[in-house]
Amino acid sequence: MTQPLEILPSRAASIAEAGKAGGPLRCGKTSVAGSVSQRACVFCGSRVVLYPIADALHIVHGPIGCAAYTWDIRGAQSSGPQLFRNSFSTDLQELDVVYGGEKKLERALLELIAKHKPKAAFVYGTCIVGLIGDDVAAVCKRVSAATGLSVLPVASEGFKGTKKDGYKAACEALYKLIGTGDTTGISPFSINLMGDFNIAGESWVIREYFERMGIQVVATITGDGRVDAIRRCHGAKLNLVQCSGSMTHLAKKMESEHGIPFKRVSFFGIEDMSAALYEVAKFFGGEELMEKARAVVRDEVGKIYPQLRAWREDLKDKKAAVYVGGAFKAFSLVRALRTLGMRTVVVGTQTGDADDYATLREMCDPGTIIVDDSNPIELAKFCLEQDVDLFIGGVKERPIAYKLGIGFCDHNHERKECLAGFVGMVNFGREVHASVCSPVWNFVPRRARGRSVLAGDQTIASKLAPTPGNTEAA
Amino acid sequence: MSCSSCKSAVPNPHSAIQDGEHPEFPSGSTNPCKLCTPLGACLAFKGIAGTVPLLHGSQGCATYIRRYLISHFREPIDIASTNFSEDSAVFGGRKNLHTALDNVGRQYRPALIGIATTCLSETMGENMPMLIGEYRKECGERSAECGMTGATAGVVPFASGSETVRSPQTEFRNPELVHVSTPSFKGTHAEGFHAAVRSLVETLAGTQSSGTPSDSLFPETEDPEPEAAGNARLAVFPGMGSPADLRHLRDFCAAWGEEAITLVPDYAETLDGPSWADFERMPKGGTTVDELRALDRATAVLEFGHSLAAASVTAGTHLNKKFGVPLHRLGLPIGVRANDAFCAALETATGREMPARIAAERGRLIDSYVDAHKYLAGKKAVVYGEDDLAAGIAVFLAETGVTPVLVASGERNRRLADAIFAAAPELRDRIEVREGSDFGDIEKRIEELKPDLLIGSSKGYKLARSLGVPLVRCGFPVHDRLGAQRIQLLGYAGTQQLFDRIVNALLEAKQEHSDIGYAYL
Repeated sequence: MTQPLEILPSRAASIAEAGKAGGPLRCGKTSVAGSVSQRACVFCGSRVVLYPIADALHIVHGPIGCAAYTWDIRGAQSSGPQLFRNSFSTDLQELDVVYGGEKKLERALLELIAKHKPKAAFVYGTCIVGLIGDDVAAVCKRVSAATGLSVLPVASEGFKGTKKDGYKAACEALYKLIGTGDTTGISPFSINLMGDFNIAGESWVIREYFERMGIQVVATITGDGRVDAIRRCHGAKLNLVQCSGSMTHLAKKMESEHGIPFKRVSFFGIEDMSAALYEVAKFFGGEELMEKARAVVRDEVGKIYPQLRAWREDLKDKKAAVYVGGAFKAFSLVRALRTLGMRTVVVGTQTGDADDYATLREMCDPGTIIVDDSNPIELAKFCLEQDVDLFIGGVKERPIAYKLGIGFCDHNHERKECLAGFVGMVNFGREVHASVCSPVWNFVPRRARGRSVLAGDQTIASKLAPTPGNTEAA
Repeated sequence: MSCSSCKSAVPNPHSAIQDGEHPEFPSGSTNPCKLCTPLGACLAFKGIAGTVPLLHGSQGCATYIRRYLISHFREPIDIASTNFSEDSAVFGGRKNLHTALDNVGRQYRPALIGIATTCLSETMGENMPMLIGEYRKECGERSAECGMTGATAGVVPFASGSETVRSPQTEFRNPELVHVSTPSFKGTHAEGFHAAVRSLVETLAGTQSSGTPSDSLFPETEDPEPEAAGNARLAVFPGMGSPADLRHLRDFCAAWGEEAITLVPDYAETLDGPSWADFERMPKGGTTVDELRALDRATAVLEFGHSLAAASVTAGTHLNKKFGVPLHRLGLPIGVRANDAFCAALETATGREMPARIAAERGRLIDSYVDAHKYLAGKKAVVYGEDDLAAGIAVFLAETGVTPVLVASGERNRRLADAIFAAAPELRDRIEVREGSDFGDIEKRIEELKPDLLIGSSKGYKLARSLGVPLVRCGFPVHDRLGAQRIQLLGYAGTQQLFDRIVNALLEAKQEHSDIGYAYL
């Protein structure tokens, strides 16, 4: 007998259905204790944002876990230095907790800076740093004075808020670099790419589109990031902000302090990628630039459309669940799935706000489940109830999908596939098609039910795949 | 960067670092060769039937650990968190703990919740036994209010009250609560693993069930073999083996006539299970709570780990001291000698001789040693990982002619070198043993040592790649290959698999690096 999958009463307000009346979704709160949230913490938010800055030293001040779990796990690529792919930590021990970790941090910084000669150093605070009374900012100041390097504390104590607060702490640290570099030679047609992390070379793909339009990309923040580029990025005329959650804080700061406007964009899917190019053309003005943008879109879409149309035949009306970190990615995925002929029937995020969820309610088909800060039991329940064919999420969601016989596409930072830009749309289509149309589902017990199992023995298949009706008898 | 080297002749490359006030705690780590203690505890708890691990601390700990474990086992691994906020860090985590226990109970209906602390709650000095005691008491009171007495007094929990729902669907038997202290600034994931096993045994062995299971409501938390659990059984504490290793250990003992043994933990199925026909909140399998209770009556206990064998208090010593269960402290059964010791312990425990099937496996292993000995002569290996694993592999390699020139672990318990030399005295003065090591530390030694291969987790890949030598993946984690759950090392047959992989890795390297490219070796 299978127990019904129950939603915790305290979680009910964070779940809605598109097309149904209801107040705003409960969101932006700390997770319910014991709910098994898929979210991480403040530290994670900071680490995710700053990690791809390739020529900086990233040192985690705390016990070993936080550093170990974030060692070289992401697909963020660098065209040069690989320093960021190491894991440096003060590895605090019991005596450090008793006597304080400042001296150890200072020693570690001095040694590591001497050895690796980074362009800057980021020092991430973890949960216990504040509790044991370490003054990380003071240590950073001292090391900075001794080495002449920017040594930047990141206030990322895990429990002091949510992942979003970690984004903010990272933006604050980054902001200390901005405005410290020389801006001579920057074109009047120039932008910064923010919130793209160069997963599988995505920043390079996007940069190339803009360069074809004659737009200079001053800094990619933080994908394939360089300290010197960030120092002078205030010379750009426009900030393009992808992954709205992580970098909007920095963009707003640059707008108020440096007068640089920003646009929220997404580089995922044909529609959003094209819109981003048009948006930039519109911002700088002139029919010539707009024509260049159209030319890029025309060329690129022309290259990929026949292939997408072929996959569309196979994927038509298949159903997808989407659970990702930020809402902008969710919007893009809903649209990209439509391009593939698929319907999104479950969509959720870890960090969306009320406006984001209102947008999702509007853009999704009636009946689509919309959820904030979900957990494995809820996600499984929604996937089963909506009978989805595909799940788009990260590593933590993958086994939920696979165990239930559902195809999967990894759209998180660990992935090694380029999914942004027009070329990314083909890769996305290929991955979705490969998973949804795989022959393996024919053998998965939940899927094999009621299906003829290829040419195999159906008696065996039905024995191996108990239905709710025959479980009790078995 | 580390570390305590056992071999004084080796120049200490870290003299600059060790000038600090706490020479045994150098200034930091580059590319760690260990994970934090709560991870090990979560892994151990995943081997107990119907158990949900709960971390008392920030949300990130649970999420990072889940992702790390999932990437290795490729199975759903749900770990709950008490989700500290700034308020809980200031005022204490009592409310969060109680809410979390309610919510985990409500969502999962577990048989047991394994509560592990984190650096945050440990630094705050959370009094876990008291907080858990209060929760138990409040659950009891709530049950009494609901008109339940006596045997059913353990039945309706949800102490935090605000969300108490008393429909039959939300009522269930109180889960067992087992707490383990796992500050991440003390020890490694391996030590967290052993601490959790010890807590499980200390908390449950010899106890009686407190309430009547409402088994008609929640059959999935039932003991699958209730009658068998009551009987005296052989207990095996295997350490951090793979699910396939655990299954093989069961078969190994079954060959001795020990059809049902109590493995603690037993994640053979929970972390390497089949595709699901229906959603499973907690995957099937695992040591049951009743089996844990019955450990006081175990016929004998076999506890694996060369290094663990020198620990002052373990799950095994507890059973031995408190209940007089005969204890065999053994190294991980890798190689002929360690497996012979395992078999000797089984002979003592069962009174039966080595079965023919096992003798055949032993014979085949030795035969393959002979077949391969010239391929391996003079080869040098760097071995890294948890101390018990590193020691086990080093002792085995010594049998084959491969010299484990560097054996490195993240632990700092000063047991590794002695553990190796006690089991393989021929290695004394021939190898370097480094505790508190990390990949930055190993990298510094490796250029001089010029190993022919690396043996350990996938985290050594970067080093192996830069050296141009093969990496034989085993242990935890293996994040870049399929089938980490099924890598076998234990038993004669498990050693056989490891041995074949080592020999073939060397043959392949030779073949790849040869200009001629012989297809016949």
